Amino acid sequence: MALPKYTEPHYRIWHYIYLTICSAVFFFLIAPLFVIFPLSFNAEEFLVFSDGMKRLDPDAFSLRWYKDMIYGTKNPWGLATKNSFIIAFFATIGSVILGTVAALGLSSRHMPFKGLIMAVLISPMIVPLIISGVAIFFFMAKAGLAATHLGIILAHIILGTPFVVITVTATLSGFDHSVTRAAASLGSDPVNTFMKITLPLILPGVISGGLFAFVTSFDEVVVVLFLAGLDNTTIPIQMWTGLREQLSPTILAVATCLIILSTLILVTAELLRRRSERLRGINR
Amino acid sequence: MSSETKKILTTDGIPLEVSLKKAERKNKIKAFLLVAPLLLFLIITYVFPIGEMLTRSIDDKMVTQMLPKTYKAMENWDGKELPPEDVFEGFYFDYKKLVEEKTFGKLATQLNFEKNGFKSILKKLQRKMKKFEEGNYKEQIMAVHPRWADVEYWRALKRRAPEYTYQKYLKGIDMYENEDGKIVNVPEDRQIHRILWLRTLEIAFFVTLFCFLMAYPIAHLLATLPMKYSNLLMICVLLPFWTSLLVRTASWMILLQQQGVVNDFFVWIGLVADNARPEMMYNKTGSYVAMTQILLPFMVLPLYSVMKTISPSLMRAGKSLGGTPFIAFWKVYFPLTIPGIGAGCLLVFILAVGYYITPALVGGASGTLISNQIAYHMKSTLDWSFASAMGLMLLTGVLAIYWLYNKVVGIDNIKLG
Repeated sequence: MALPKYTEPHYRIWHYIYLTICSAVFFFLIAPLFVIFPLSFNAEEFLVFSDGMKRLDPDAFSLRWYKDMIYGTKNPWGLATKNSFIIAFFATIGSVILGTVAALGLSSRHMPFKGLIMAVLISPMIVPLIISGVAIFFFMAKAGLAATHLGIILAHIILGTPFVVITVTATLSGFDHSVTRAAASLGSDPVNTFMKITLPLILPGVISGGLFAFVTSFDEVVVVLFLAGLDNTTIPIQMWTGLREQLSPTILAVATCLIILSTLILVTAELLRRRSERLRGINR
Repeated sequence: MSSETKKILTTDGIPLEVSLKKAERKNKIKAFLLVAPLLLFLIITYVFPIGEMLTRSIDDKMVTQMLPKTYKAMENWDGKELPPEDVFEGFYFDYKKLVEEKTFGKLATQLNFEKNGFKSILKKLQRKMKKFEEGNYKEQIMAVHPRWADVEYWRALKRRAPEYTYQKYLKGIDMYENEDGKIVNVPEDRQIHRILWLRTLEIAFFVTLFCFLMAYPIAHLLATLPMKYSNLLMICVLLPFWTSLLVRTASWMILLQQQGVVNDFFVWIGLVADNARPEMMYNKTGSYVAMTQILLPFMVLPLYSVMKTISPSLMRAGKSLGGTPFIAFWKVYFPLTIPGIGAGCLLVFILAVGYYITPALVGGASGTLISNQIAYHMKSTLDWSFASAMGLMLLTGVLAIYWLYNKVVGIDNIKLG
């Protein structure tokens, strides 16, 4: 943002102060994530930068915590990773199917009580997580689903659907309904029309909603804390216990892997968002 | 006008009006059927259980049903002095039945919520009861432990007689119903919940304020920079947004610890002495710093999306009409960003009020919030009805904020992402 030449000096100073403030805030936002990388390669057991690391001594760095994460004795990360992916996978599928179908109904102009129903559908996003956790726990305990994978998957479907409903409704708001009518006039039945015409067009919205649902499930810890038994431990649960009890660098190794995963998700989400904005014809 | 010209018929001979209505209804049902699976699923697994929290928080049937004979006998007791023999007798037979059914532990837990010290005397009674002789139960029970001869414990028992109670809600704001049936405050030194509510509000308010102050300039920068730079900077906002909450909390734990990077830096620039490193974690500071950074993207994104729609020519017009850049900003630009500010503040405040994980990890004893107390009662004391009551109080607060927001700004004015 170059300033025009005629800018008065005190505005010029103000402008540089403004840029400094902005840089400081960006630093505050992003820097904490980068402290994790180097420490996860620490050769020692402590979560501080050793003198060797400050001198960039190669001996001070090692992969031992990554080895511990994968091969360590009695280590919980293998089971936790497996569980996390299974739960997140099925929770995403469930959220996407239920959410997309509901969004189709909601964006129809014939839908009765639209406001009220929308409020109910996105309520899991609005209600504080701890309350959702308590309520869902009561239900699952009564249904005999506490400490089962199915219970946790259902809980995560509850928490994930609002994101799918919101993204898909947004995508559908720019959807030209005359194409489905054209398909119908050419003799296509509704299911066929949906699969061949509607779905491919709203796919970016569906996938980014699915990504939100996936991340919600993959990151979720409050509700799982209430629901999980020993066999259903997930990565967030293990991180939580680790951070509370034995703060070991293995957690940082896991955290590094999670940051890499979130970077991948971010890139996918951004690409999708741009594509869907192009499709909606929004030029911002 | 004759009736033939009034009614337009479809090819089937049905009046057009009727046929249209029928089609309309069919469409309505079709749309509703699409929404129905999710709606039903959420109502069963989510909306009803929240309603169930309400019944659970006021339900007090358990104790009443466990001690039917005791409460029958207690109806004639005024509660001033020790209850008569028939109350003791009723209690003896009720408790004996519970011991035989092995459910007396639940009773002990419940009564201990009402008055501390109930658990141990109930356990003692259970052991001594085997040798009881028939008749004169009052003497025999009172001989087990002096507390059984204390009228306070019998009054506490009587307080649990009604099937429904609002005691848990009173407890949530540090009040209780005393022996005379008056609602009074818990002694000052034993008040914990009021402090927690106030602290929750305070932390949520300041976190929202800090987030706003930090997010406004960078959202403005992101919205005014050319696309190729702003996309790059946007990553700084989006990467934390997509990163696991626990990872971000972990990084703050590393940064803020006593031998951590921030303290190292303070020592290095000479702000503090090496042997006097300040505690920045396990207290309020930890909660403030970590929560502000974690919630910041939720403020930036709505602000950004609103600022993006404001044409730069408006500011130029303001300046050309004689305003200084500051006046142009304050009179033209700032009012236009209010929907974004509203949405961001609402989002951050509501997330902060219900925060649990981060305060539990970096907040220590002085930085925990009301959610931590709810979780504590759910998992440690197992006082689920109290946890439900507190949860509903929190929920009511959150819904009230939404309502207020809707009245003042209008929920339709909200812009997200």
